[in-house]
Amino acid sequence: MSIAEIAGAFFLVVGMFFIGVAALGLLRFRDALQRMHASTKAGTLGSGLSVLGAVLILAEPGATAIGLVTVAFLLLTVPIAGHLLGRAAYMSGAELSDVNKRDELKGVLEREEQPLERRGGLEEQR
Amino acid sequence: MSTLTLVLLATLLLPLAVTVARMLKGPGMADRFVALDMLTGIAVAAAALTAVLTGRREFLDVGLGLAVFGFVGTTALAAFLTRKGKA
Repeated sequence: MSIAEIAGAFFLVVGMFFIGVAALGLLRFRDALQRMHASTKAGTLGSGLSVLGAVLILAEPGATAIGLVTVAFLLLTVPIAGHLLGRAAYMSGAELSDVNKRDELKGVLEREEQPLERRGGLEEQR
Repeated sequence: MSTLTLVLLATLLLPLAVTVARMLKGPGMADRFVALDMLTGIAVAAAALTAVLTGRREFLDVGLGLAVFGFVGTTALAAFLTRKGKA
């Protein structure tokens, strides 16, 4: 086994660890924003490290190019998707813990009174 | 190397099960969409592991495609969640 393969295997293991941590956060946290905090950051790190590990183990020019493009794409798009999802969660009135105590976004973004699934708008439009 | 990859692929089933459980349980729409976002990350990792397991680099292309589709899907669902009930 070469150094690159050992490093790649290490990256794969660490990537799986971070994906597990992200899933744990998804299971244990209390509301949508907290769950997103776990899934976007730890999940991206996990999948990015897995792709890097695969690149190191495969050690082909084509694989390296595609792998690096994938990692760059993940790093560019996951923050955007996370921002949009968090904004959507707040604006759609999803239940957020402690939002009634202190709400910094009050007056900045509109927020629905009720979450989407309780407003009953889904059945009417079918 | 292939044994380690198989073990890691089997380990990936646990986050997958947890994410699917979150998606089924909700409780809100936003939680389900967050779980879908996480599912994309798991799928990319699974594609990378399959590439290592089979030694075929084409599976990394699959991972890139999954990342693209996941981004587009998450963005569309976020737009749906933001605008629903406004019009």
